Amino acid sequence: MGSNNMSPILSVNNIEVIYKDVILVLKGMSLAVNEGKIVTILGNNGAGKTTTLKAISGILKTEDGEVTDGTIEFYGERIDKKYAEAIVRMGIFQVMEGRRVVEDMTVEENLLAGAHIQTNRKNRKRDIEMIYDYFPALVPRKKIMAGYISGGEQQMLVVGRAMMSRPKLLLLDEPSMGLSPLLVSEIFKIITKINKEKKTSILLVEQNARLALSIASHGYVMENGRVVLDDTVEKLLENEDVKEFYLGLSEVGVKKSYRDVKHYKRRKRWLT
Amino acid sequence: MTDNITFLLQLIVTGLVLGSVYALVALGFVLIYKSTSVLNFAQGELLMFGAYICFVQTVQFHIPFIWSFLVTLIFSFILGLLMERALLRPMLGESIISVIMVTIALSTLMRSLIQIVWGTQTKVFPPVFSQEPIYFLGLFVAEVHLYSLAFAMICVALFGLFFKFSSAGLAMRVTAFNQQVAQTMGINIKRIFALAWAISAVVSSIGGIILGNINGINNALAIMGLKVFPCVILGGLDSIFGAIVGSIIIGILENIAGGYLDPILGGGVKEVAPFVLLVIILMIRPYGLFGKKLVERL
Repeated sequence: MGSNNMSPILSVNNIEVIYKDVILVLKGMSLAVNEGKIVTILGNNGAGKTTTLKAISGILKTEDGEVTDGTIEFYGERIDKKYAEAIVRMGIFQVMEGRRVVEDMTVEENLLAGAHIQTNRKNRKRDIEMIYDYFPALVPRKKIMAGYISGGEQQMLVVGRAMMSRPKLLLLDEPSMGLSPLLVSEIFKIITKINKEKKTSILLVEQNARLALSIASHGYVMENGRVVLDDTVEKLLENEDVKEFYLGLSEVGVKKSYRDVKHYKRRKRWLT
Repeated sequence: MTDNITFLLQLIVTGLVLGSVYALVALGFVLIYKSTSVLNFAQGELLMFGAYICFVQTVQFHIPFIWSFLVTLIFSFILGLLMERALLRPMLGESIISVIMVTIALSTLMRSLIQIVWGTQTKVFPPVFSQEPIYFLGLFVAEVHLYSLAFAMICVALFGLFFKFSSAGLAMRVTAFNQQVAQTMGINIKRIFALAWAISAVVSSIGGIILGNINGINNALAIMGLKVFPCVILGGLDSIFGAIVGSIIIGILENIAGGYLDPILGGGVKEVAPFVLLVIILMIRPYGLFGKKLVERL
């Protein structure tokens, strides 16, 4: 879907990530995000999805992790050796997994803190109104401690907080985790809206493959620290393996019985 | 009968003044603890240093008090920055115990340095405030007490505003909550640590100057660094608001205990009372009045 005919804003080239000098987590991971697109990374637990996001945002360095090989480029500039605070200033904002709101600050203070790199007070005021437009559910919660609002509202808050820094690329780590299907679909609608209206590119990590593929244009499937499959969403949705392992279908439209799950050994062929 | 009440009120008022000074020091202490998880054992020395710097300027260089006061604040700010940069920054990533040891070493070092330079005799500030007592509703209040109370209150209010509305203040609170979250927002946490030390040194020196004006300056001022422990433990180590409330309670309590029990027990109760309370708090409510028990959603 035209993903190769323009140069990507973010390109991760064959990176290797090592934690604490010994644990090899990513082994030659590559991906690209084009301007204004939503790209998703699928994969099961421990595949290295979150690590990939952390490598891009520079948060890895705070956890004793390091990109030891390969490069990460953002708008043509190498960022894999930069610190997190510098990367945020370049326009990449990572929304970490697990709704990390600052619990003892109010919703509005959380949003203001998100605009840390935005020094212009007027812009902050304007942006905060914009966030309330996108997430009207936050308006009545403005003055309430973020620790006391509901999980869905917290997820909205962390996405809104990220938007306060006016990012060019948003890294979202499992925004659907632990939320009701209704809330998830609401949040995903808003994310799509932000992507369309603000032209914010999004790199989305999700366990919920069906959901992720419904809003993304390109997808990567990760396993054991590398990409095993990468294609446009249309093609991925037709891929037999994706259907079986990530969408839970064996033939189109037929739900798999739990008894057949032992089939999953087939996955092994990706590991070579 | 009314004499008794007046006596009690008198103790409470003086305790309030003392408590407000404790609050300043405790504020500095909690600030460092909150943003860097370090217990700063050199807090009392920061306070003493501020007092001496201000003293030198007013007495030896005859600079008007208000100017020497302002210069002291700037001096303390820089001192805080330097201390963080030279001693604490290299310890980043080391275990908390080692960092605390560094602050203990620092406290001894600073105290000795001060003794070498200024000796051990009590220095007395030239009277800045009128010594005339003011009678208010039958209570005796020294002017210096009123000023210190007002001043401490203003400082605390200013810091409240700083944490609520300024970008740096918000960034400090985020860093205190979670350093990784702060980093995802583009907050430079090293700069925040430096700022925490600088501000902490500034508020402590304000406390030192106020106390110096009330009691004179000597080595005993450093004991204030230990006095903040009961205050912050009572209020909750990680709560700025708690530190202020805890300090005022300790100030009043210590005065009342001293006023009533000293004649019976023969003195010294004033110094011991806060620590007795400290032990009691640790037994029944170790996280303090306002400390974090972690917000839980229902």
